[in-house]
Amino acid sequence: MKKVQFQSRWLPYLLLLPQLAIVTIFFLWPAAEAVQSSFYLEDPFGFGSTFVGLDNFTDTLTSSDYGRVARFTAVFTFFVTFLSLGIALLLAVKADKVLRGASAYKTLLMWVYAVAPPVAGLIGVLLFDQHVGPMVDFFAMFGWKMQIGVDYFDTSFAMLTTAVWKQIPVNFIFFLSGLQGISKSVQEAASIDCRSGLRRFWTVTFPLLAPTGFFLLIINITYAFFDTFGIVDVIVKNEPGNNPVTLVYKVYLDGFRGNDLGGSSAQSVILMAMVFILTIIQFRLIERRVHYT
Amino acid sequence: MRKTQIWDHVILLAGVFFMVTPVVLAFLTSTHDAITIYKEGIQFAPGGKFLENYETVLFQAGGFTKEVDGFVMLKNSLILGLGFAIGKIIISMLAAYAIVYFRFPMATLCFWVIFATLLLPLEVRILPSYEIVQKLGMVNTYSGLIVPLIASATGTFFFRQFFLSVPDELLEAARIDGAGPWKFFKDILVPLSQTMIAAIFIIMFVYGWNQYLWPTLITTDESLFTLVRGIKQILQVWVGAQIPAFNEAMALAILAIVPPVLIVVVFQSWFVKGLVESDK
Repeated sequence: MKKVQFQSRWLPYLLLLPQLAIVTIFFLWPAAEAVQSSFYLEDPFGFGSTFVGLDNFTDTLTSSDYGRVARFTAVFTFFVTFLSLGIALLLAVKADKVLRGASAYKTLLMWVYAVAPPVAGLIGVLLFDQHVGPMVDFFAMFGWKMQIGVDYFDTSFAMLTTAVWKQIPVNFIFFLSGLQGISKSVQEAASIDCRSGLRRFWTVTFPLLAPTGFFLLIINITYAFFDTFGIVDVIVKNEPGNNPVTLVYKVYLDGFRGNDLGGSSAQSVILMAMVFILTIIQFRLIERRVHYT
Repeated sequence: MRKTQIWDHVILLAGVFFMVTPVVLAFLTSTHDAITIYKEGIQFAPGGKFLENYETVLFQAGGFTKEVDGFVMLKNSLILGLGFAIGKIIISMLAAYAIVYFRFPMATLCFWVIFATLLLPLEVRILPSYEIVQKLGMVNTYSGLIVPLIASATGTFFFRQFFLSVPDELLEAARIDGAGPWKFFKDILVPLSQTMIAAIFIIMFVYGWNQYLWPTLITTDESLFTLVRGIKQILQVWVGAQIPAFNEAMALAILAIVPPVLIVVVFQSWFVKGLVESDK
């Protein structure tokens, strides 16, 4: 907080009013409604609702369908995070090293940030299309007959590739700026002490990048959970039947298509709890990041 | 030494190839006619239908009710992107100013209420949010599209951090010279924040332009469709047809990609600064 501040009886409230009004109407109110309706069973025709306690939660958590979607989300999140962080780190290290064409590489590797997830999904649909997709032809050379939208694994593969592609730029930008933040004197001292570039990377550069990495880990998990909605929605093309979907997609499906208000709300509340935990971890990491730099 | 340098370039070029090729292929696809693509698969060279396809997509109405063309969607995307970015900057600057520069009771409470929004992305409270917007009669309006998206506190958080880093001496000096809160804000703080505003503007514009789930729910009226929202319609109408019109679908995808990419590339240094410093 500032040492010197203004004193006014009404001005700060006036300044805060727009933000607080929006937060109350479009955030607190819906969040409260979600929590409330997760304890009720809504009549599908809109004739009132009955209090059912924790039934929605137990139904959700014990249903095999939810388990399947949750398992997929976990695997999907793991691979999206691991692959996009790994590839981005490799590219950032190289882009930090080269002298010639460094800024061209940087631009070419990060512009995909601005592509919307569903648009990325649409391009994925094109590239993995049964009839025209070059990726299908490519993998057919190795004897893999891809059937996107029909085969569970193939669809997940297309989804994963698209999601990783879309997420590399953000990680790349953060890693590169982290690398550029490492002082030259540290790097020079390290190169005097140790000739092996790989060993230098794992013992000096990597630990110094760790705070950025932890922070990105949370960002990527959040991305794989929520921001991939557009990709999932476009790739499964309104036929979620047998296709892999994420937990957020299921909230949407059950709420808007299945009209299962209570179940959908219970799922929302479970997700809220997860995000809550993730954000708390993230805040603690940001605090730590400050100490590092 | 030389050998490792060549490997660095090989890896970087492979990365660039992976990032750039999908969009290049999408663009090339958009310059052919649908039958060629259907018969021969994706083309790896430009075709002769560039102007034709883009004209169809921009000015010929498509979709279910044959009411909306690409140009209208482009306009709606711009309204959403600009409205969201500008609205968010104004609201969050004011809020951050109050939190940082004023001493008042309940300041901590307000702070926590606002920052609690960081905890819950729109996606997890989507159903109740929709119901409330419906109750308020804001379905199929621009305000229903834009305002609920502004609810999260990312911008406020960003400006708060920045204001806290502004030296206290500035405020002392301004107060000695007799500047009130409004004058200080307008003549000192806003000019000081120019770079920050530009950086956050780029990020928020891209974020708003790329919104998908919320517009999908809130706009059922085709005249309010944004380009990104239109993707779903493309899939159903064009790609679902007997001969899938991948050319037109990709033309629309390219239209949805170009404006935000241009902004990110042209204002690259601001964009990177904003992204890395806002931490969210």
